[in-house]
This record gives sequence, structure tokens and C-alpha cells, in this order.
Amino acid sequence: MRGEVKQERRERRMPRWRLLLRYLLLLAVLAVTIGPFLWQLSTSLKGAGEDIYRYPPSLIPRHLTFGNYADVAEIIPVWDFALNSLKVAAANVLTNCVGAALAGYALARMRFTGRKTALVVFVMAMLVPVESIMIAQFVTMRELQLNNTLIGVLLPACIGAMNVMLMRNAFAGVPYEIEQAAFVDGANAWQRFVRIALPSVKGTLAVVAIFAFMGAWDDFLWPLIVLSDQSKFTLTIGLNFLHGTFADNQRLVAAGTVIAVLPLIALFACLQRYFFRGVGEGAVKG
Amino acid sequence: MSDTTSRSGVSPGAPRPEHTDAPVPAGTASPPSEPVRRRARAAPGIRTHLPSSPWLFLAPGLLIVGGFSLYPFLSTVVNSFTDARTLTEGQFVGGTNYQELVHDAMFWTGLRNSLLYVLGVVPPLVILPLLLAILVQRHLPGIAFFRAAFYTPVVASVVVVGLIWVWLLDDRGLINALLEAVGVGTVGFLSDPWLLLLSAMAVTVWKGLGYYMIIYLAALANVPRELHEACAVDGAGAVRRFLTVTVPAVRSTMVLVAALSSVSAFKVFSEVYLMAGPTGGPGGEDTTLVMLVQQVGTGLSGRVGYASALSVVVFVITLGLMLLVLRANRKKEDEA
Repeated sequence: MRGEVKQERRERRMPRWRLLLRYLLLLAVLAVTIGPFLWQLSTSLKGAGEDIYRYPPSLIPRHLTFGNYADVAEIIPVWDFALNSLKVAAANVLTNCVGAALAGYALARMRFTGRKTALVVFVMAMLVPVESIMIAQFVTMRELQLNNTLIGVLLPACIGAMNVMLMRNAFAGVPYEIEQAAFVDGANAWQRFVRIALPSVKGTLAVVAIFAFMGAWDDFLWPLIVLSDQSKFTLTIGLNFLHGTFADNQRLVAAGTVIAVLPLIALFACLQRYFFRGVGEGAVKG
Repeated sequence: MSDTTSRSGVSPGAPRPEHTDAPVPAGTASPPSEPVRRRARAAPGIRTHLPSSPWLFLAPGLLIVGGFSLYPFLSTVVNSFTDARTLTEGQFVGGTNYQELVHDAMFWTGLRNSLLYVLGVVPPLVILPLLLAILVQRHLPGIAFFRAAFYTPVVASVVVVGLIWVWLLDDRGLINALLEAVGVGTVGFLSDPWLLLLSAMAVTVWKGLGYYMIIYLAALANVPRELHEACAVDGAGAVRRFLTVTVPAVRSTMVLVAALSSVSAFKVFSEVYLMAGPTGGPGGEDTTLVMLVQQVGTGLSGRVGYASALSVVVFVITLGLMLLVLRANRKKEDEA
């Protein structure tokens, strides 16, 4: 058995120089994708006495300091902004997972008149670009008196049509036999949904959760339109504000961006295994 | 997307039981005789749930999607024929908004920039992520780290990405320092309107690479290894195999990527907004169509009617782009 595995490995192994070339390429791409973040991090850690425009540029700060982070927090309420973002993002994850799973299950596993129509509603919603309805959404929010509130930021995307379709495909891919057996044993639709169907689509659910979190945490255009009061700002809007006010103090802007991006990168690093597996399961397929 | 039909439909061999089954009330536990089981799989007639259940399951989704996507869409179309403003209901004005739009120089600038964005961003976004996906496809030690790292720009907020690149491309930024060192001199990436648009495109490509890489990875997983091996046995090199095996195998995915990336490129807002400023640079030279919608339609004196007309144009062109790409694909398949 072991010998067989080894044999196979040997067959697949590529020549050493090609392996080396591959890793060199990987490192080059790594420098391009991660480098800019590192440069930003480095800028944020450089003390006031250090020339950040110095040539040759150096990635390692000479006078390492965390003072810029303290300064940023003093000038704009970064932590309040982050909390606002967190609230919206967490709520968005919850509503998207629950709402999309419920609707997706009904579309994939239930037979009823009007199913096609419901499906068409979601497909059409998917085809309408957010950018082309944002003014009408803005007017609707005004009418609902939800302008300048975090609920207003949250509401339009809190159950994404795309997520409904993803969940529908995931449920449709699960063998039906177990659910049938449960039905025969007297389980009702809700019980079958919660106990049998949901546990089988964890991968896709994780993908929906990550996308929902990222979508809410990163969104810029819609919060920019809805929010006007500084105390309600999310992190992205707050950062743009920081950029506008302190364009000449790059260290502070850098510290702000690091605060905004680090939690997300950390979260992604923790969840990436589920994410790539979930995507690999065929969640994103043409 | 077509999974359900094949799953819930009867397999080709079995005759489809049409309307022969008596409805079984929900919760009734009958012994699972063979024909019943087959019919349950075929589904249409048997009700395994209360009539109201599906609608309870669908209610939240339909409410949100209907209320915040479809209703706004309809009201956008209606508003585009009125002179509505943020605080006042509009009067019907016919096609006036659209007439004004044709004579609005800013509209043409925005349209030009948005279309240029598609032309500049789509080809690299179709090709580079595919190469990247091939690079990270093999299970080498540490490959999971590289995949996740390449995905990082996708995860980061577009605001963060914008600010990072503004700092890199600044006259005194890292890239200009390097260009200075090799004797090129300072390049005004952010001051020249054309260069700024190009820089924004580069940032969009940089941010999108990882996203489309994942889509390609899923597609590549379905390309049979044997094809590559057979081709290699015939003496084809890596480039040859890429062109004769990989590209045809993932062509439908390439079309999907082209469609997705052209639609999102056309609607570009944040990158240009952040790099050129809210008004799209001096004289609005770099304004895109969506930036124009935001400028015109928001605020207390927002011209909702006119912005709606602009939005309708955005919608129509978006849809047109998507159809164009899909149609190009169908033609190619017919020829093949």
C-alpha cells in the first residue's frame, strides 16, 4: 500500500528545476499581492522622526512605534467605526445565512405552485445591478425614515439573491434519500430542514457567511449614500474621511487602513480552509 | 444552476408517474413501498409538507429582495420619466431626462470612462487569473498558504486597497522612488487624467486576480488529467498543452469570467472615487457613470429623476454587455 503511494508520487514529481521555477513564480506573485499590504504596515509603524519618503525605501522601520495607532484613535473614533462595521457585518452574516438557507431549501426541496415564479423573482433580483437602483433605495430608505441608521445600511443586502441561489444549488446537490426516510419516519419540513438538510451544506453556508461578512465590512458606496452622521460611520467611510482630512500625514492613514484590514485578514486566514473547500464543492460554477 | 432538474427529475429509465399519485397528507407515515419511494423522488404530486410551508420559508427572502431590489428597480424606471428630487415628488416629464442626458457632456465622459474601463480590465482579468490558477493548482507543500495569500486583495476593503495604492503611486511613493532609481523619473500616476484611469484599472485587476483565480480553480479541477498525460505522451510542451487542452476545457468559464468582470468593470465606482476624488479629478475628467449617478442623485437637492435616467442607462448597458459576451460564446460553440 505504502509502496504504491510512493510510486504514484514519483510519477507525478516534476524535475527539480521546474519545481524551483514554480516556487520562484509563486514568490514573485506573493510579492505583488502581499507586498503593498506590508508596505502599508511598515509605513504605519514608522516614527515621526523617520523620513517615510527616504530613498532607498526601507521596509523595516528604523524607529519602530505604535504611536500612529494611538494618534489615529485620538483623531477619529476608529474603534466606534469598527464597532459599527462589526454590527452591520455580524447582522448581515446572520440574516444572509438564515434567510438564504430557508429560501434556498424551499426552492430546491419543496414542490408547490408558484415555485417557478419565486425562482424568477430571485433571478431577476440577481440581474439588477445594485448601482442602478441605489438612488431609488436611498429614496425608499428616506420614506422608511431609516436614512442615516445602521439598519438602513444593512437592509438592502441582508438576504442576497445570489446567496439564495447558492443555497438552492447546494441543497439540490444533496441526495434526497435521507430526507425521504425522515419524512417516512414522520419528520416535518422544518425538522428535515434543520436536522438533515442544513448539516449537509455546511461548506456552502460557510462560503455565504464569509461573503456576507466581507460584503458588509468592505462595502463603501451604499454606506456612503445612506450615512451622513459621523457617529454612525462604518470603518470604510471613516477611513475615507481620514484620508480626506489628513492626506499629508501618510502614517496615520496607513495605521487606519491596517486597523481596517487586519481583522478581516485574520478572520479569513482562520476560515480559508472551509472557504476553499466550500468553493471547491462547486458553489461557484458556471 | 441546472442541478435541480437533473436531481429531482426521474432518471431516464424510469417512467415518469404523472398525476397518478394520490396526495399524501404531511406527517403520514406510510410504509415505504418501492413505487411510493420512486414517486417521492419524482416529487411533483406528493406533498411532503404543509401547503403554507414553502411560503413561510420564502417570506423573508422574497420580502427583502422584492422590497429592496425589484421595487426600487421599478421605481427607478418610473422616476426616470419624472423631475423628482430627494424631497419632492416628481411630475411626469416624458423623455426630458433622456434628452438632457444626450446633451450632457459629463454623461459622455462618464460613459466613455466606464466603457474604457471594461476594455482595459477584462482581458487581463480573463487571462491572468487562469495562469495563476494553473500555478497554484498542483498540490505542492505550502500551496494552501499561497492560495490564501493571493486571495488577500479580494478580502480587503476597496477603500483600504485604494488608500494603499494611492500611497504607492504617490509622487513621493514607493513606485516613483523605484522609477527614480532606474532613471525613469517621477511619473504622475495620480495627476494625469489618463494615467490615473490606467492606474485605477491596474488596481482593479490587482484586486480581482484572486477572485477569478478561485473560479478557474474549480473549473480546472474538472479537467481530466488523462487529457494532459495523453498530450504529453504525444510530445506536446507545456504551452501547447495549455492551448490545446486547458483553454478549450475551461472556455465556458472564461466566458463566465468575461461576463462577470465586464459587468463589474462597467459599474466601477470606488477605485476611481478614491484615487481621483469625489468629483472625478480636475474637470471631472475621470468620472465614471456610477460616480455621476451618485453625484447627481444624492444629497438634499439630489435630482432623483435625472439620476434615475442615468441608472436606467447603466442597467441597459450592463445587461447588454452580459448578453454580448454570452452570445459570443454561443457562436463559438456553434462553430466548434
